[in-house]
Amino acid sequence: MDDSERPVLAVRNINKQYGQGCVNCRGAKGEGLLKNYCPVCGTVYACRDISFEVYAGEILGIVGESGSGKSTMMECLYFDQEVSSGEAYIASYKGGETNVFEESSQQKRYIRNHLMGKVYQNPLMSLKMNFSSIGNIAEKLISAGNRNVGQMKVRGEELLEHVNIPVYRMKEAPKNFSGGMQQRVQIAKALSNNPPLLLLDEVTTGLDLSVQASVLDLIKSIQRQLKISMIIVSHDLGVIRMLADRTLVMLDGQVIEQGLTDQILEDPQHGYTQKLVQSLL
Amino acid sequence: MEEILVVQDLTKSFIIHNLAKHIEALHDISLNLKGGEFVGITGKSGSGKSTVFKCIYRTYVPQNGQIWYNSQKYGFVNLAELSERQMIYLRKHEIGYVSQFLNIMPRTTARELVKQAVLEMGSGEDYANMEAQRMLEHFELDKELWDCYPGTFSGGEKLRLNIARAMVKRPRLLLLDEPTASLDHASKIKVRELIEQLKREGTTMMGIFHDLEFMENLCTRVYTMSNGILHDLQI
Ligand SMILES: Nc1ncnc2c1ncn2[C@@H]1O[C@H](COP(=O)(O)OP(=O)(O)OP(=O)(O)O)[C@@H](O)[C@H]1O
Ligand SMILES: Nc1ncnc2c1ncn2[C@@H]1O[C@H](COP(=O)(O)OP(=O)(O)OP(=O)(O)O)[C@@H](O)[C@H]1O
Ligand SMILES: [Mg+2]
Ligand SMILES: [Mg+2]
Ligand SMILES: [Zn+2]
Repeated sequence: MDDSERPVLAVRNINKQYGQGCVNCRGAKGEGLLKNYCPVCGTVYACRDISFEVYAGEILGIVGESGSGKSTMMECLYFDQEVSSGEAYIASYKGGETNVFEESSQQKRYIRNHLMGKVYQNPLMSLKMNFSSIGNIAEKLISAGNRNVGQMKVRGEELLEHVNIPVYRMKEAPKNFSGGMQQRVQIAKALSNNPPLLLLDEVTTGLDLSVQASVLDLIKSIQRQLKISMIIVSHDLGVIRMLADRTLVMLDGQVIEQGLTDQILEDPQHGYTQKLVQSLL
Repeated sequence: MEEILVVQDLTKSFIIHNLAKHIEALHDISLNLKGGEFVGITGKSGSGKSTVFKCIYRTYVPQNGQIWYNSQKYGFVNLAELSERQMIYLRKHEIGYVSQFLNIMPRTTARELVKQAVLEMGSGEDYANMEAQRMLEHFELDKELWDCYPGTFSGGEKLRLNIARAMVKRPRLLLLDEPTASLDHASKIKVRELIEQLKREGTTMMGIFHDLEFMENLCTRVYTMSNGILHDLQI
């Protein structure tokens, strides 16, 4: 934990807009807009100048209401979407000196397969529902260049065991599984190549409370054991309170406040954050 | 001894936007703490005692003033401006805080909680297990409870666990916000013994107490607070 230590991920001024913009908003990157869209042309400025760092072994929480741009930001980081502008540097990629958004699609694929894992709110985004669970994991291992079937099987079993999927169910397809189990398979898949960074977008939303709790427990134990860095997006402050060391608050595509999680919860500075925190009490 | 903590002109207000409310909780507070000292703070409810501690621990963001802390790792740093990253480091390694209210992490067993505190500092599993056990034994937390979730513990049990978790780190600076308030006599004595032991070991401490008698025999100096202003108290 040195101060000179490079962050695992450094994000600089990510902007993402849907639409071409017009004279009212163009060039301003939506800076002058009250909300995240231009009332004249309807262009949506989903992310506006978002910057932050994630350090080794740290969990960064991102909260904000529906439509504030959380998922868009995560999709940009995982190259699911292209940024409109901005930079991101990954310590374990070319010494953290290269803006990964400017890399070739082949390089981006490499980064996705080796240096990141992502868990979506909707398991359909990352799992093939008709494949076996272990096959789903093998898919990610193969895309990272593994060819040895025996090794992949061992690794897949190890991962599924780690997320508490019983051995005798590994050959079953996720479509037979409960929501909580599907999230566990997604987590196992995301972890398969030992990435230094895990992106989790609303992974417990829509699950029963008790299932939510067990998935959160799993995330916490993984973080402790593997010391992996994570970004956890949730509109649920309870999730953030339980897991995040530091927290960003987003509103209308912008980061309006950031701080240590207990500070955000106990001494929120921005009126919006104050309202959000009150709803938790 | 050299100074461990020097607070200068600390001012803290809470601005509640939707109520257009402005609460001035601390007004130009200055205090200092030398290595090995145990300084007490007392004062009426609402006078701002906990707010002082929370500003030091960065749970609250002060408007004004400096909080100079003499860190083992970083030297003299202003906690009011230190990076979040460095503050997290200090919380894990150097500054302990026992809060007045028991915000214990849910869904982690008592043993795990204390053990995690040791692991955070970079110790190995075996040492962490041993230390956790030693602390839980010292505070006489019923063995039956060690592997249970603290959510269902009594006030006194939670508090003893909270103290065990903070003290197991042997922090360089320990902030105790009414650590004896909800304890029975026997547990109070336990806490007192531990404070004395930590004092002998050279831990610098600051504590908020209502019990003047308790402070009299332990504290090197006592401050009182009223309406967000701090005064020296001679005892
Ligand atoms: N493909 C798209 N075309 C146009 N606008 C879009 C598109 N995708 C997202 N948006 C808009 O971008 C904004 C940010 O959406 P995003 O999904 O990132 O929000 P979010 O913070 O994840 O919300 P939620 O909590 O509901 O998941 C919203 O206003 C949304 O309507
Ligand atoms: N998070 C907060 N938001 C708004 N106001 C706060 C907050 N924390 C404290 N205050 C206010 O600041 C003042 C000082 O509170 P503080 O908790 O420091 O008092 P205290 O001396 O510790 O009291 P007690 O002995 O009851 O614990 C009070 O008026 C309180 O209402
Ligand atoms: Mg979303
Ligand atoms: Mg108090
Ligand atoms: Zn426009």
